[in-house]
Amino acid sequence: MHASLPDVDPLIARLAVAIAPTLTPDTVIVGIHTGGVWVAERLHAILHCPLPLGMLDISFYRDDFSRIGLHPQVKPSNLPFDLEGRDILLVDDVLHTGRTVRAAMNELFDYGRPASIRLAVLVDRGGHELPIRPDFAGLTLSVPDHQNINLSRLDDGHLTLTLA
Amino acid sequence: MNLQLTEDGRLRHLLTLDGLPRAILTQILDTAESFMDVGEREVKKVPLLRGKSIFNLFFEPSTRTRTTFEIAAKRLSADVVNLNIATSSQTKGEAILDTVDNLAAMHADMFIVRHAQSGAAHFIARHVAPHISVVNAGDGRHAHPTQGLLDMFTIRRFKGEFHNLTVAIVGDVLHSRVARSQIHALTTLGVPEVRVIGPKTLLPTGVEQMGVKVFHDMEAGLAGCDVVIMLRLQNERMKGALLPSAQEYFKFFGLTLEKLALAKPDAIVMHPGPMNRGVEIDSEVADGPQSVILPQVTYGIAVRMAVMALLAGGTTA
Repeated sequence: MHASLPDVDPLIARLAVAIAPTLTPDTVIVGIHTGGVWVAERLHAILHCPLPLGMLDISFYRDDFSRIGLHPQVKPSNLPFDLEGRDILLVDDVLHTGRTVRAAMNELFDYGRPASIRLAVLVDRGGHELPIRPDFAGLTLSVPDHQNINLSRLDDGHLTLTLA
Repeated sequence: MNLQLTEDGRLRHLLTLDGLPRAILTQILDTAESFMDVGEREVKKVPLLRGKSIFNLFFEPSTRTRTTFEIAAKRLSADVVNLNIATSSQTKGEAILDTVDNLAAMHADMFIVRHAQSGAAHFIARHVAPHISVVNAGDGRHAHPTQGLLDMFTIRRFKGEFHNLTVAIVGDVLHSRVARSQIHALTTLGVPEVRVIGPKTLLPTGVEQMGVKVFHDMEAGLAGCDVVIMLRLQNERMKGALLPSAQEYFKFFGLTLEKLALAKPDAIVMHPGPMNRGVEIDSEVADGPQSVILPQVTYGIAVRMAVMALLAGGTTA
């Protein structure tokens, strides 16, 4: 299984090809910290998106706050545009239970009312617990619950997927 | 055993900054930083404390502190109940615990406590059930930890670092719980020189043991300061004639533009409020370009949000 995880760059290229025809003048790309922001940065560059990149830290919206408390390193969310009427492309690295995406959508609506939200993920690993599915997935897998897929970034900016 | 921390070192109650490790202070300041933008959003709320009940127990009057605690709790989506309780002087101890038990029976999750008697918040914290947190919002002359934290947050925002600063605290240190909390926080965060400036009658004996330099005149004390913190002259706590008159106090210890010129040109001026204009601070300074007194109030919301979020999170494991 470990050896079969593909390189990240071709996956992002594939995502970009699928997303490109759906872009509108009102599309804004929003990455979810931390891995989602890395993928969103790449997509933002490849797709020549004229509007600035948004970043979301969903720590204040997690549904497990009362169990595990506040994430030790909360980064401020940064949405440098008005959300009203925008078409949002929400980007995360790995889709698992769907709870992060739910929290992200809750947070987005606290900033305004977008016209639409679509979801792009690098990897849909299965194990969904909510009715949330990606509109675009670079890779679709069925990973057992006890295993985790992680996206990491090397010092040179290179992105790699690992299964543990 | 430290009443304020859990066994694994997380914040359990916030009662005093004395003895809190630097890592916890920094964690609170960092968390407050991430709450700063919530006030700018269309919906000025995050859902962290949804379903939690927070009781503001104010046995002593307060406007700023109670209001900013209330706004902070509401921005975290908590339900807030404000209780302004006049105290009887003798049976305080019993009366407090009765009040607390009754509110706990209403499923309180957190108490924000202000009391004229030092140690009141500790007293309640020792008494409450394990799932309830207590925040000291000022107890007697002892401590006012969230004010101390918001002052540190203000200093960090305007000065960036702590390790290269000279900070002066001016005025009625004797009666000031704010000064005590500030001194503990400043020394813990690594400020190399903390000064207190005031007349002998308004400085506690042995204040040097808290790690501060003592000055009795403004000229020497303010020289080279990066941060000047003015304290309110606490007339209502003043017992006996510690001062000749407010006019004479202003002459020697009131912060005027002339005296402020002795500090560094980019020094900031802070005041925990409420101000006695013309007693400890001149209006020209309070409303002037070096004053950060109103930003302190705004930052108080984010800092109190951080404290409540850190206390309430991870409690139902």
